[in-house]
Amino acid sequence: MNEFLEPFERMLEALSPPATVRAIEAGGSAAALWDGIAESGFLDALVPEDCGGAGLPLSEIGPLWQALGRHAVPLPVGETMLARTLLAAAPAAPAAPAGPIALAVADPGTAIVVPFGGVAHHVLLESGSQLYLVEADGEPTGVPGSLAARMRWDAPGGVSVGAAPPGGLRAVAAILRAALIAGAADRLTTMTAAYANERVQFGKPIGKQQALQQQMAVMAEDMVACRIAAQLGCAGGLPPSLAAAATAKSITSTAAPRLAATAHAIHGAIGISAEYDLQLYTRRLHEWRLADGSETYWNRLLGAARLGDARGSVDYVREMLA
Amino acid sequence: MFDTLSLASLPPADEAIRPAIRALAATAASAADTDERARSWQGYDPAFSRRLGEAGFLGLTLPKRYGGHERGPFARFVVVEELLGLGAPVAAHWIADRQSAPLILNFGNEAQRQSYLPRIARGEIFFCIGMSEPGSGSDLASVRTRADRTETGWRVNGQKIWTSGAPHCDYMIALLRTSGGPDDRHAGLSQLIIDLKVPGVTIRPIRDLAGDEHFAEVFFEDVDLPADALIGEEGEGWKQVTAELAFERSGPERIYSSVVLLDAWIAHLRGVGRDDAATRALVGDATARLGVLRAMSIACTARLAAGESPVTEASLVKDLGTAFEQQLPVLIGDDLASHPDEAVAADLYRALLYVTHVAPSFSLRGGTREILRGIIARGMGLR
Repeated sequence: MNEFLEPFERMLEALSPPATVRAIEAGGSAAALWDGIAESGFLDALVPEDCGGAGLPLSEIGPLWQALGRHAVPLPVGETMLARTLLAAAPAAPAAPAGPIALAVADPGTAIVVPFGGVAHHVLLESGSQLYLVEADGEPTGVPGSLAARMRWDAPGGVSVGAAPPGGLRAVAAILRAALIAGAADRLTTMTAAYANERVQFGKPIGKQQALQQQMAVMAEDMVACRIAAQLGCAGGLPPSLAAAATAKSITSTAAPRLAATAHAIHGAIGISAEYDLQLYTRRLHEWRLADGSETYWNRLLGAARLGDARGSVDYVREMLA
Repeated sequence: MFDTLSLASLPPADEAIRPAIRALAATAASAADTDERARSWQGYDPAFSRRLGEAGFLGLTLPKRYGGHERGPFARFVVVEELLGLGAPVAAHWIADRQSAPLILNFGNEAQRQSYLPRIARGEIFFCIGMSEPGSGSDLASVRTRADRTETGWRVNGQKIWTSGAPHCDYMIALLRTSGGPDDRHAGLSQLIIDLKVPGVTIRPIRDLAGDEHFAEVFFEDVDLPADALIGEEGEGWKQVTAELAFERSGPERIYSSVVLLDAWIAHLRGVGRDDAATRALVGDATARLGVLRAMSIACTARLAAGESPVTEASLVKDLGTAFEQQLPVLIGDDLASHPDEAVAADLYRALLYVTHVAPSFSLRGGTREILRGIIARGMGLR
């Protein structure tokens, strides 16, 4: 068991309860939450020790990212951990700013949706294989409750950071997104199983219905597959291999809508209501599925690599995912 | 939830045996047509099984004093992965090595261990498992075939069906009722080792839809067995079977049943040079799923290696794995037939249809999808 996970999870339970998540989603200030997380020191957990960080390997960071998903944390904490690590590693880069940093990959003049762009102060932007640190300046997406923002850069601007990591920032962001999905999936599965044991219809808890049990079992399978996929994504460190990033995001993005659908099906109408917590997680699953490349985006890249490789499939996954 | 299923890796010492088992597997598989290799599970080749035994690849997890090699479940994972990955014929020794040997080791007495285990490890004797009956499929606790005490041992009467490998096997480990009736459910069931050559045993092969005769009906008519046919405790058969199923359900065989077909399809795509976006996406999807399923299977193997009996976790991996195995022939069939102007090799076509036809069995053998999902639901606290 990861020794950092428990204190991290305890901190999130205290700092980011559903009421806080809702308040920030409604436009309230995220300053207190951000300060609490920043003070914990976890933002530099991935930064190498000789750059002043804790130097944890990515495989130990992955569980923390999953915890962020499990708590629907309404700030780009994982993104900031990554951005601070990339900034620390770049010789010519500026010092990391104190506030939350989102990640984006965009061609000049193309408007994109940036996850957590509405609550970030800065964006680490990849444009033309170069990284830039720019101030976050976007427009709301107009999606209720969403913390993302639409952004467009006609020219990158900001401060030049240096070359993008090999394989690109999108691959790095994809494994973070996979871990967030895995964490939210874990919370959804637990919530849904608990609800199925409580909700009584036809004189017994609905969890006794075989039809429902079969759906819940599939949900558990997807949830565990997401966790293992996220772990595979993080296992090889930074920068991730194409196979690691693609596998992590493909599996989690494919499972995300199924997980959300089952959670809602079992909760019935109350799951659709704003006041019930389920939607905090299902909305995120859908948003994160679409972010940093969907399943087909990554399947195409992985498939192209696989078709160009003469090994057998077992050897391919064995040697490429390690 | 299910936090124990977490990424694990194969220890280097177990990875180290890969080249040797791969070379041996290639001797049986490399010259075979794709459809023959796709039959891997059903490929009966006792001479190959004996070669595996001689080379030290059977009974890997058994103690050395019983002819084993004192390796862990990870070593067995590597061996099975290589055999199935290449499509080597494994049917002869399959059940004995996977289930019967661990069962005899865990629940058998010393004489039974010494009698059976070294011969299993040498690839000399083959086992089948007698569970299903005409009236007992998924409802295994309803078995009716009886073993009654006699002055010298046991007398067995009844019938088993769908027993894989029975026509070729030396022994069956059967789940039998030794007291009470079907209404007693799990109570009163015991496991007995039945020498299939003794009088009163009749084996009638059942031809399957692919033309193979791998399973059979087995009839018992006043079959007299010695007292030491009982394996483990009388009346504890259900508990023993449940433990055995963790071995049966967790291995890499639950993800690789269609992998020979997958590789043949990818080789076809490379051969015809088809590399468009839709094809890439299909190949990428299959690759990602295979990669994660393999990691899940290794995670489950790690629980076995830790001395646990991961019944729920194994069910979870098996259900997801067999769904993948079943979807592959569907998507590959659609892919090939949506390009009707491409030439498809004769053995690839036969392999596609073979896997397509037998794929329903993937989620029947070793516990049906519905049973497994019931086990998972109980593991989630639903009941």
